Amino acid sequence: MDQFLAFGVVGLSTAAIYAVIGSGLVLTYVTTGVFNFAHGAAGMLAAFAYWQLTAGWGWPVPVALAAVLLVLAPAFGLLVERVLLRPVQHLGEAERMVMMVALLSGLIAAARWIWDPNVARPLPAFFADRTPFRAGPVTVTWHQALTMAVAVAVAAGLWALLNRTRSGAAMRATVDDRALAGLTGADPVRANQVAWVLGTQLAAVGGILIAPAVALDAQQLSLLIVSAYTAAIFGRLRSLPLTFLGAVVVGCLESYLTGYLPQNPYLPGLRLAAPALLLFAALLLFPHRRLRGRDRRLARVPLPSRRGALVFAASVAAAGVVLATVLEGDDLVTFGPLFPLGMVALSYVPLTGYAGQISLCQLSMAGIGAVVWAHLGADGRPWALAVAVLVAAVAGALIALPALRLSGVYLALGTAAFAVVLDRWVFTLPSFDVLGVRIALFEQGSLEVSGPSLLGARLDGERETIVFSAVCLALASLGVAALRRGRFGRRLIALRDSEAAYATLGGRPLVARVAVFALGAGIAGLGGALYGMQLRTITADQFSLVAGLPVFLIAVIGGLGYVGNGLFSGTAFTGPNILLGPASWTQNLVAVLPALAGMGLGHSPDGLLARLRRDWEPVARDRIAMPVLALVLALAWLLRVADAVGGWALLAGVLAAALALREYAASRTRSAAEPEVPVEWWGVRRPWRAEDGEVLARGIAQG
Amino acid sequence: MSALLELRGVRAAHERITVLHGVDLSVRAGRVTALLGPNGAGKTTALRVAAGVHPVESGRLLLGGRDVTGARPRDLARAGVCLIPEGRGVFPNLSVRDNLLMMTFTGRSRAEVEEIAFARFPVLARRASQTAGTLSGGEQQMLALARGLATDPAVLLLDELSMGLAPLVVGRLYEQVAEVARQGAAVLVVEQFASAVLGIADEATVLVRGRIERRGRPDDGLRADLSALYLGSSP
Repeated sequence: MDQFLAFGVVGLSTAAIYAVIGSGLVLTYVTTGVFNFAHGAAGMLAAFAYWQLTAGWGWPVPVALAAVLLVLAPAFGLLVERVLLRPVQHLGEAERMVMMVALLSGLIAAARWIWDPNVARPLPAFFADRTPFRAGPVTVTWHQALTMAVAVAVAAGLWALLNRTRSGAAMRATVDDRALAGLTGADPVRANQVAWVLGTQLAAVGGILIAPAVALDAQQLSLLIVSAYTAAIFGRLRSLPLTFLGAVVVGCLESYLTGYLPQNPYLPGLRLAAPALLLFAALLLFPHRRLRGRDRRLARVPLPSRRGALVFAASVAAAGVVLATVLEGDDLVTFGPLFPLGMVALSYVPLTGYAGQISLCQLSMAGIGAVVWAHLGADGRPWALAVAVLVAAVAGALIALPALRLSGVYLALGTAAFAVVLDRWVFTLPSFDVLGVRIALFEQGSLEVSGPSLLGARLDGERETIVFSAVCLALASLGVAALRRGRFGRRLIALRDSEAAYATLGGRPLVARVAVFALGAGIAGLGGALYGMQLRTITADQFSLVAGLPVFLIAVIGGLGYVGNGLFSGTAFTGPNILLGPASWTQNLVAVLPALAGMGLGHSPDGLLARLRRDWEPVARDRIAMPVLALVLALAWLLRVADAVGGWALLAGVLAAALALREYAASRTRSAAEPEVPVEWWGVRRPWRAEDGEVLARGIAQG
Repeated sequence: MSALLELRGVRAAHERITVLHGVDLSVRAGRVTALLGPNGAGKTTALRVAAGVHPVESGRLLLGGRDVTGARPRDLARAGVCLIPEGRGVFPNLSVRDNLLMMTFTGRSRAEVEEIAFARFPVLARRASQTAGTLSGGEQQMLALARGLATDPAVLLLDELSMGLAPLVVGRLYEQVAEVARQGAAVLVVEQFASAVLGIADEATVLVRGRIERRGRPDDGLRADLSALYLGSSP
């Protein structure tokens, strides 16, 4: 009994921290409408800053606390509001969430850069020198007591702020209707700033209080957000008392699992994954609605032409051949993942681009594909690749089934929870038998992966695998383009635009959603198998949620509606590896880049591919520039293969030639184009164009 | 009496499409002006320009003779301009009481606002702690209009007050609007349901395709013109 109570105290003090962090989430959501994935990361940063000031520079505790809570945290909150959120304020809920995912990914990378993860940083508990006191049969440390007291104070303060003051009302009103809030004379910008300052301070309090109990590790602290989100979902992201109740459930569950879970090789991961499982369950059980209001922005999904898709696929395959022949030594390893990761990014195109389903577990699906291929494809049997795709697709359909009730950002949260369950538990399991079938995963370590054999030839070298992946990506891109042109693709877009309308027209949203999840997971699984072939050895870490976030961000930045996203994301993801040098800071820089790119979303919400296409289309259509460009590329390739020039000089030369040709083609089209005609004269002074109708319709719709 | 709120030669556009082609409009204190016209004439845009929500391409916006072109909606609101926008102009996730609290930024105290709102619309007092989004359409519109009554605005701008409401409710809401004008506010009303507003309007302006087509007293000639306009024959 005493033991039970003792675990209860530990659980309650953890719960208090989850409650503080979770109420920060609720505060940010009800006052700014932002689904703050980076809330835990902000707390993590605060904990590191606090460690730096106290243990690192020897500041006294009260001074360091004041510096972190009253100066650094508010400044960080204001910075996030100004730099990240204001540019995407006019976009939808999903775009704001992407910014937070970028911030989460960026903060983890930045913290690992600043504070070397291989150094242990113990942080002492508060009042560690005072003897714990006894409350009835249990012993309570002063740190635990302090934590619970802080949680109660935070609860009371927040409740009073939100429900009893005009600033609180103004903050909530700003989420409801920003424009109307301005009309009443309130200041929406100021309301958001106050909300961000308070939210970051709460995250900082939570981070500093929990850091002594767990290791000071960037990723682990950032993913406390899973527990905090579970608590917040109990409160449906709006009720503070229910959030506290949720925090108690999560905290005690973790504590009792630690105490009472039987010793068994399959179960330790379960304790780590428990908050994520509970989050998944809470998402499904608690009916939640979005805040009322129209907060969705539908991006365009361009229709690729048949010829364009074929040319694109051919150039992807050609790019593979060029890379395989031009790269040497370590570069083959560094740039090899281009096509496999591109494939994982391509899986977002039907799933998120067409059907509007946000999933944060695509790299985990890739992990499943990789594991299946590693075990079944060890001797290169090509059918094992099909099995890998199939198993990943089944896994995708399995997530889709429970997740059918979720949409938008809630779906993103649910899939993130699923990815965490895979990372922390499933991928760490030793092999086991189900109905006589042996199921092996990562064997609690790393797996060797070999290449496939095709037509009697074994594709085992890095060069062969690059070409093989490129051909696979080319075929998959063609398939996705065909999907977009076909019936199913149009249905998916209809589903995205309005699920209700889709159902009333006789479509079955359930079937379509399961199918597109399976399709996306299948493509990702193929990508994972290729990724494994390229890397030769794989570990579970390479397919974790945190590893998958940059892939998601790059794909979003590229533009999710574009078939070219595969090649773009692969290139954008591996391209910066050029910067990799012997110094460790170069690796850190490359790790931060995707997050930085993601934060630029506000500047091109429709994706970079739209812009690239606009800039390069004149070249592709030009009768002189295009053949010349092809010739330059072919010549450069021959020169390189013959080893006449170095790689760098060649790259610079080709880029210069391409840019010059673009200028040339652009100047030719510009001289051919007629001057700007006012809208009311379209169709009179110049011929009516096919796209004019849409331009007008969109202009009017925005009014 | 001079104009309290004035639009001078205002041009405004949605993206590249010009919606207002040099509109002159003035609203005098103590008068109700109706702004009428068919769909897409630019009525709502004119109101939004007057409240500072929509930017002008050229032209000027004057408040009490002062040039306030380009001022933020918040500053105009604090200077006494009150726009009740189209659709329910309430915060749906806030309680009725919190919605009323949001009306105190322009000077009146919370107690005064609640007293006026509850006196004019007793049903709101009974719903005080209910979430505004769960009120009926008429009750939401009363709550929205309460801002126009309780904040003592110098200029009251109303957009489609009647939308989706029963005629009986519309009549009662417009009685309140007339009362605001009698207390000295300049009132500009945009309304599709012309007969509802012509009963209380002192003057009427007809906007067609972004240009002022006609202005004058809301007499039979104007009514005839309007019906011709709405029914599609040439005005």
